[in-house]
Amino acid sequence: MRHIISILMENEPGALSRVVGLFSQRNFNIETLNVAPTEDPSLSRLTVTTVGDDRVIEQITKHLNKLIDVVKLVDLTEGNHIERELMLVKVKALGAARDEVKRTVDIFRAQIVDVTPSLYTVQITGDASKLDAFLQAMAPVGILEVARTGVSGIARGDKVLSL
Amino acid sequence: MELLSGADMIARFLQDEGVEYIYGYPGGAALHIYDALFRQDKVKHILVRHEQAATHAADGYARASGKPGVVLVTSGPGATNAVTGIATAYMDSIPMVVLCGQVMSHLIGDDAFQETDIVGVTRPIVKHSFSIRHPSEIPEVLKKAFYLASTGRPGPVVVDIPKDMTAPTERYEYVYPKKVKLRSYNPVTRGHTGQIKKAVEMMLKAKRPVFYTGGGVVTGKASEGLTDLVKQLGFPITTTLMGIGSYPQSDRQCLGWLGMHGSYESNMAMHHADLIIAIGARFDDRVTNNTSKFCPTAKIIHVDVDPSSVSKTVRADVPIVGPASSVINEMISLVQGQAITHPEALTDWWQKIDGWRAEREGKLYEPSKPGEVLKPQEVIEALCRVTRGEAYVTTDVGQHQMFAAQYYKFDKPNRLITSGGLGTMGFGFPAAMGIKQNFPEDDVVCVTGEGSFQMMMQELSTCKQYGVGVKIVNLNNASLGMVRQWQDLNYKSRHAHSYMESLPDFHMLIEAYGFTAITVRTLDELEPALERAFANKHELVFLDVKVDPHEHVYPMQVPLGAMRDMLLSKTERT
Ligand SMILES: Cc1ncc(C[n+]2csc(CCOP(=O)(O)OP(=O)(O)O)c2C)c(N)n1
Ligand SMILES: [Mg+2]
Repeated sequence: MRHIISILMENEPGALSRVVGLFSQRNFNIETLNVAPTEDPSLSRLTVTTVGDDRVIEQITKHLNKLIDVVKLVDLTEGNHIERELMLVKVKALGAARDEVKRTVDIFRAQIVDVTPSLYTVQITGDASKLDAFLQAMAPVGILEVARTGVSGIARGDKVLSL
Repeated sequence: MELLSGADMIARFLQDEGVEYIYGYPGGAALHIYDALFRQDKVKHILVRHEQAATHAADGYARASGKPGVVLVTSGPGATNAVTGIATAYMDSIPMVVLCGQVMSHLIGDDAFQETDIVGVTRPIVKHSFSIRHPSEIPEVLKKAFYLASTGRPGPVVVDIPKDMTAPTERYEYVYPKKVKLRSYNPVTRGHTGQIKKAVEMMLKAKRPVFYTGGGVVTGKASEGLTDLVKQLGFPITTTLMGIGSYPQSDRQCLGWLGMHGSYESNMAMHHADLIIAIGARFDDRVTNNTSKFCPTAKIIHVDVDPSSVSKTVRADVPIVGPASSVINEMISLVQGQAITHPEALTDWWQKIDGWRAEREGKLYEPSKPGEVLKPQEVIEALCRVTRGEAYVTTDVGQHQMFAAQYYKFDKPNRLITSGGLGTMGFGFPAAMGIKQNFPEDDVVCVTGEGSFQMMMQELSTCKQYGVGVKIVNLNNASLGMVRQWQDLNYKSRHAHSYMESLPDFHMLIEAYGFTAITVRTLDELEPALERAFANKHELVFLDVKVDPHEHVYPMQVPLGAMRDMLLSKTERT
């Protein structure tokens, strides 16, 4: 099963490589990964999506917790959560397709953030499946470039991941 | 307020931390530190002949004393030479602090002379690592390094020190930090009381229980408690290779050690048990054999300080995360005054176990006939007699290691010092050196093979420099015996590169360093030679004992089988 693990870690050089190194060293898999400092500049938040059965996920969280730079973590998929990914896509927008692309962008509640005579740059947020669906819809028109952030997430309700 | 350079801070910190010996080798990036060590006389630096030996010596000292071993090496090749020793310590959870010189900060990343990203290289084999970014942080970082290395599940910590951080002209305030805090590191101090209660209930109700205890009991200094608990319950106990001595082996309740070359009765008892009480052991593949066939009828209680060890390879029914000593003490207080529910079942269980014991009694190996080449096993038995079972025994890796573990009887923890997790040939001799320097009045003997010894024999020179009186028992079978055994069993005796074509004359080699060597060929020469070797505690003596090259280590678990599937000799199996 797919899991989203969010980690608060020391914002120190080398911390990220310890996390990433752990995954390759122990043969765990990383589907997406994103990381940025939090409101507390001494902490970074890293979110990783990974796939594994319960035993593997248990090992992943235990080993992550064991890293000295990891302060706290949560497996968001254990509870209700909000999951978002941001994607920027350059798609061909020529002739009749130009309107067609615009319509699809609206349907997906995406935004066109840059235009040239031959292409649109589209910004879209949502969960991974929505972004995949958008890419599928655009494929016949012609996708020129894709930049995805990887999943970021947060628990629903009162639960907070903080020190 | 005291102003010190980074280099002087390191020397001062080591003094304030109570470090007596550090093992190392100088080089450009470490020279400011070496100069600071030169200008003081509290911390003694031992100059090894290869950085790998520095790590093994510090490791041996750490295992024997329970205190972190300290290593100092220069950047680049100095640091990379230390890697095998760091990995060895990591696999066996040994507390160690490795100080590595590094090129000047402004050169990092430029492929400067003798630059290696040692933090990167060692990342998967350290508990943690630090790079010094300002001289003023040295005391605190070093304190953190010692704290991390020696608490929780111990392990090696690397501290990378760019040369400019130790420059003699830059001085900063030095205060010895008595304590440090890391917000992300809080090793557990006790186990979950509810889980411990549940475990004890299961123990009291068990019909065929076995304790299975490992290195965690030794490093966790919980041997006394364990011995109490096991005696109170009257249960059988088997230990891992790393746990040898955590319960006295001469006691009737001890079945020896378990796993690939463990005792017949240990492996049989594990296979037939209905309850396994694992403490400070990690269900390593050399113990469990095929995990899907592992102990089919047993429930498992697993106590470990490291949560990631629990349910890693074998699922625990009752996981308890906590230090061995405190969990065992809680167990003792719960067991006290309680009677076991099925005393008659335990009696039956012991009958079964004694039956297994009797089956193998006197059949473990064929002793040599008069005048014939010696059996390695009888050499270890004689060694145990001559040293009254009280020596520190270090080993290298191979058949001799297994024989040492099987035939020497250890009644105390920290007495068998062996590289269990990584299986590092070359470990034994420098480890013995580190122990002997710190326990000069004890007998310290390295049981080695002619293959392993040649991996670290340059340390004879270190022993000469510091007058280190270790004994070396070289079980010389003129081959990489353990490799040869596997080739006999799995490759129709095609001995691909397991034969040592051109062995040195060990006698002459040892004498070249000014030490005594004794060659032993037959049984009647053996004990007198050992007596002679151990007569003087402060003299290094090398025994070159020619042993039967055809001997195999048995029992040996059958690959992919269950615990009980064992070869018992060249012709018998279970
Ligand atoms: C550094 C290292 N290289 C290779 C091995 C693989 N290995 C395990 S045992 C062994 C043979 C050891 O020979 P020797 O020291 O003579 O011991 P013996 O088995 O003959 O008693 C080898 C090569 C190892 N454990 N460590
Ligand atoms: Mg050999």
